Amino acid sequence: MTKAELIEEVSRVSDLTKKHSEIIVDTVFKSIINALHRGDKIELRGFGSFRIRQRESRKGRNPKTGERVDVPAKKVPYFKPGKELKELINQSQEGLEGAQAQPQQD
Amino acid sequence: MTKADLSRVVYERHGGLSNKEASRLVDLILEFIKQGLCDGERVQISGFGTFLVREKKERKGRNPQTGEEMTILPRKSVVFRPSKSFQNGFS
Repeated sequence: MTKAELIEEVSRVSDLTKKHSEIIVDTVFKSIINALHRGDKIELRGFGSFRIRQRESRKGRNPKTGERVDVPAKKVPYFKPGKELKELINQSQEGLEGAQAQPQQD
Repeated sequence: MTKADLSRVVYERHGGLSNKEASRLVDLILEFIKQGLCDGERVQISGFGTFLVREKKERKGRNPQTGEEMTILPRKSVVFRPSKSFQNGFS
């Protein structure tokens, strides 16, 4: 699925023009990016959350030359799927058997 | 930022939409992405990133509370790969 298909779906289900649907879809994703830039965390119930994760610096290798390089510390956007989304994708194929192992509860 | 905040931004930027409609549209977008992932599709949003479903293998784990060893069954998870432009803003 691409953004264009997402826009088409939005326009099909709502009464909005494609142009207007595009603006809305863009607004949603841009707002998420902007919030992370402000240092905010985004929590979308039933879907998941976005936040910034700190990656430590590490030694890596240039895969082409094999040469050692320093990979600097950096911040990366991170998405954590919500409970509902996790359950949904695990249900879709194997039915209930795909569910996560549960420890025995006292 | 919550879904309500996101809906408010959509509402404020687009005259002609009620608050309720804005909130319904945000839900709709998230539902479409979810549905795509459920169907095993990757969802690619240019300028933002790609959501995809990863198969996780069975592995041994421990109950963090009791220390008891257990098997974590194979399952699927969603990963998000930010697009270059999204990524670049932070480093």
